[in-house]
Amino acid sequence: MTAWFDYTVNGLIVGNIYALLAVGLALIFGVSHLINFAHGSVYMVGGFIGWLCLTRLGLPLPVALLATVGGCALLGVLIERIGLRPLQGAARIAPLLATIGISFVLDQLAQIVFGPDPRPVPSTLPEWTFTIGGATLGSLDVLIAAIGIGAAGVLYVFLRFTRLGWAVRATAQDRDAAQQMGVNVNAVNQAVFAIACGLGGLSGLLVGMYYNSIDPAMGFEATLKGVVALLIGGLGNVPGAIAGSLLLGLVESYGVALFGTSYRDLFAFVLLLVFLVWRPNGLFSSNRRLPPEPLTGTFLSNRRAVRIPQPVLIVAIVAAFALPLLVSSPYLLQILTNGWIYGLLALSLTLVAGTVGQISLGHAALLLIGAYASALLSVDIGWSPAVTIPLAGLITALLGTLLVYPAFRLRGHYVSIATLGIGEIVGLVILNWDGLTRGPVGITGIAPLALFGWPLSSARAVYWFTLAVLVVLALLQVRLLRSHLGRTWRAIREDDVAARAYGVRPNRYKAMAFACGGLGAGIGGAIAAHLYSYINYQTFDSQVSILALTMVILGGLGSVAGAVVGAVALISLPEMFRFAAEYRMLIYGVVLLLLVRFRPQGLFGTA
Amino acid sequence: MNHPEVGGKDILFDVRRVTRRFDGLTAVDGVSLSVARGECVSVIGPNGAGKSTLFNLLTGIDVPDDGIVRFDGEDVTGFSPERLAARGVARTFQHGRVFGNLSVLDNVLLGAHARLAFARPGWPVVGAVAETLRALFAPPAVRREEAALRAEALQIIARFGMRLAPRIDEPAHSLSYANRRRVEIARALALRPRILVLDEPTAGMNESETAEMLELILELKRDGLTLLLIEHKLELVMKLSDHVIVLDDGRKIAEGLPDEVRHDPAVIEAYLGHRQVGAQAPLEPQVVVRSPERLTP
Amino acid sequence: MSTMTEPLLKLDRIDSFYGQIQVHFGVNLSVPRGEIVSLLGGNASGKSTAMKVILGSHKPRAGTVSFDGHVLNGLSTPQIVRRGIASVPEARRLFGDMTVRENLLMGAYTRSDRGGIDEDYERMLDLFPRVRERLTQRAGTLSGGEQQMLAMARALMSRPSLICMDEPTMGLSPLYVDKVLDLIRTINQQGVTFFMVEQNASLALQIAHRGYVLQTGRVVLSGEAGALLGDQRIRDAYLGGALASEPAS
Repeated sequence: MTAWFDYTVNGLIVGNIYALLAVGLALIFGVSHLINFAHGSVYMVGGFIGWLCLTRLGLPLPVALLATVGGCALLGVLIERIGLRPLQGAARIAPLLATIGISFVLDQLAQIVFGPDPRPVPSTLPEWTFTIGGATLGSLDVLIAAIGIGAAGVLYVFLRFTRLGWAVRATAQDRDAAQQMGVNVNAVNQAVFAIACGLGGLSGLLVGMYYNSIDPAMGFEATLKGVVALLIGGLGNVPGAIAGSLLLGLVESYGVALFGTSYRDLFAFVLLLVFLVWRPNGLFSSNRRLPPEPLTGTFLSNRRAVRIPQPVLIVAIVAAFALPLLVSSPYLLQILTNGWIYGLLALSLTLVAGTVGQISLGHAALLLIGAYASALLSVDIGWSPAVTIPLAGLITALLGTLLVYPAFRLRGHYVSIATLGIGEIVGLVILNWDGLTRGPVGITGIAPLALFGWPLSSARAVYWFTLAVLVVLALLQVRLLRSHLGRTWRAIREDDVAARAYGVRPNRYKAMAFACGGLGAGIGGAIAAHLYSYINYQTFDSQVSILALTMVILGGLGSVAGAVVGAVALISLPEMFRFAAEYRMLIYGVVLLLLVRFRPQGLFGTA
Repeated sequence: MNHPEVGGKDILFDVRRVTRRFDGLTAVDGVSLSVARGECVSVIGPNGAGKSTLFNLLTGIDVPDDGIVRFDGEDVTGFSPERLAARGVARTFQHGRVFGNLSVLDNVLLGAHARLAFARPGWPVVGAVAETLRALFAPPAVRREEAALRAEALQIIARFGMRLAPRIDEPAHSLSYANRRRVEIARALALRPRILVLDEPTAGMNESETAEMLELILELKRDGLTLLLIEHKLELVMKLSDHVIVLDDGRKIAEGLPDEVRHDPAVIEAYLGHRQVGAQAPLEPQVVVRSPERLTP
Repeated sequence: MSTMTEPLLKLDRIDSFYGQIQVHFGVNLSVPRGEIVSLLGGNASGKSTAMKVILGSHKPRAGTVSFDGHVLNGLSTPQIVRRGIASVPEARRLFGDMTVRENLLMGAYTRSDRGGIDEDYERMLDLFPRVRERLTQRAGTLSGGEQQMLAMARALMSRPSLICMDEPTMGLSPLYVDKVLDLIRTINQQGVTFFMVEQNASLALQIAHRGYVLQTGRVVLSGEAGALLGDQRIRDAYLGGALASEPAS
């Protein structure tokens, strides 16, 4: 019994920390209808600012806390002004992508400056503890609780009693009416970002102190958890975000108690999906209807696709095949082969996100499923890769579509959140299902590629094989796009209400698109497994999903050639220029930001 | 299929006392109407009268709280838009909703989706796989149907003369507003509709464009198409309609021949506003409410 | 001309568009200081867009909007509002989750004179007794008529010289329609100018001094309210009789 109380208290403390994140996300969403995917990066920066103050500058804790809040508030203002204000007229997807780009940039900058290794955060608090009903509370726990409650109190007073707070609430409820009262909504946006990021940064420092560790990669997971809490509480609902965070903290704590630490994140994302399916408007809304807002909208329209003349395409394909005959460097061939594999992923995503308009942020999970399927079939059952690879494709098509099906009724932001959650769940299930997947150890000794007993051992053979698969699947995709399916898919993307009025059932066609995409990505993952010979649950993670989206946007949403070019550009090119490889994430982030700002239709336009 | 007859007319769309409430507002209150085969019926009324809500109820976008909708004898109350499309109900939307990034031709081809043999739903999963394979391998039967469809689409587009024909491969968003609305009608015709439901077909058009649209609709009428429309330009309504229904505040306040309705004092008052508010007080003291949808440009 | 006072609000040859669709064709109207002027018209006449043009949320492609002698073109809505124009939007658009009191005080957002604000606040409570009864209630829970009262009070809190009202009687019971019209008259007598977009021509012309009738984006009739009330041509403008006399563009 006392153990449960302990878990409860622990859950609430962690929930407190999540609340500092989620409240900021809710505030931002409330006034600008945008999910700030850079929030976790701000949280990470906060941790480092605090660490700097405490260790390098030897400042007392209160000063460090204030500096963290102030520094991150400033960062928030910068993000709003430079990253988001210029995108005001664009469709909702643009700021979403911009914040993702910003998070890449911030994360990599931190890594460059501080190095990737985690570092401890000294606690300068007095070492006292006390027990309440079997639960042990330390001074840090009390501090976190105090800050959490204090922040909530200050926020409440701010929103209820100050002029700016009222302006924030008014803007969140009705932007136009607020303007008609004389509210400068741009200033409100900035203020909200400052507050939200200040709180987020504070959260990062507190986490660093709680777990005695900060590292530049801690931001992404924080964003995810924050988004889960945000959704549970209802997008834009500030008290809801607090409730959602506490609930999330408790669920995680109990989950860990019951099943072990590696299950913690799994619980969080399962909770996310439960809510997306059962109560997408959050805990406190009685409204069962889904908010309508499509995500892509004008981001796609009014730019014609660049038609690549057939001769050019043929020459390019021939050149690609001829390359190994001219260049003998196995290294170059290997990085290009990797590029073809990611090309398969990009093809899949450009179909789903570009042609059908479902902006999936979890697509790497398909690579992972394909990789594991093929690896397990060949290692455990002993089948030849020639059999397991296509089979893996089919399994991925089936499984991938089944997993994503509940999300089809969702629109806009919710699709992206759902696919993000599903992607995470896939990785976590693979991590935890030891019996099937060997858990965290991963699968070693995967057989190299072989075609019916004929091993593809040279870099050339592998290169040609993978390129051939890519070209075949790309041509098949082009064929599908030219058929009635292509226009049906695009009709769903453009206007699914009008499409339904003409007999198109959106769920059916979305499923078909995900199945086709799953096939291609599954095959890609399978090939990768045999190529890398070792895979684990982190081989293709959420970062890869977002990278895939960057590739697809670079190439042009919906464009087959663009997907391949985007993949090669972002995977192979940085490897070719060795120095760039170090700064890959930074490059991706900047590329994304520039694209979104100046050329949202990418290289080849949207098809 | 039994053909219900009312007063000797062959009724296609039979709407009985449909009602729709939103949180205490009654947007559509017990409205009944019928559209006979080959007839053109117009629904008119001041802003907020509930016309668009009514259309949403009749085209499956919304579900009535009460009432029955029958189409050619079959009870279709609450049917989804897809099912209604399969039964031959084609609609256009206020301000036009074409598929912007699809070519004009693709827009029209899509209109026929509901009747495509190679896109028929079939069994749950197997049907979808079959459809994908058919699209991939394009067996002769599929190619024939697609070719026939294309020919038909070109014929439909040809009706619009030089307005659309030179632009069939252009993306629909690049067309002028009037042309986009024509594409919408072409798309609706591709469905081979038994009834064409038009929501403000001339909204936003200038006089010459309106006149052309009037001509087109009259032509469709001469071809025997059944029409149901919402329209604000009453000149147009007079010229097109066999029968006019007037809504105000969610209720039907008048119906009849165009000329009867035009001179009906209740109708005039509904549009211009009640002169003496006290004299028009409703029987029960209540808040008079209107549809929450406001359709102002 | 030199003996006439400059109108408080003036729209001069306004052309506006939504994409390619033209919604205003050379619209001219002026609102003299101290009067109630009503802009009338049926569906799709362009009257709501006229309100958006005045308040700065829709930019005209040609023509000028001037207020108190100053050109408003290019200013943002908050900037325009700060010059002394208050808005009572269509369907009220109160801040539903904020209390009645908070909504009222939001009306005074642009002011910093604490004393004046408190004074006006009390005045509003006197003028709108229903509002006083419901100060701590969330604005979203009020009835339509009560919301309209609150929206007007909110507008008055900024001590505007001009109040722009968009369809003030839409959706109100007869009782509240009477109240709203009475209030407009009373407040106008205290010196506030009104510009009202209204579909209900009969009601609007009963309290307005002057009216303009829009039909598909053109001013087809204008003049003293009394004269317009009896003019048969209004009916044509609403029910689509003789269309606008200018040739199609």
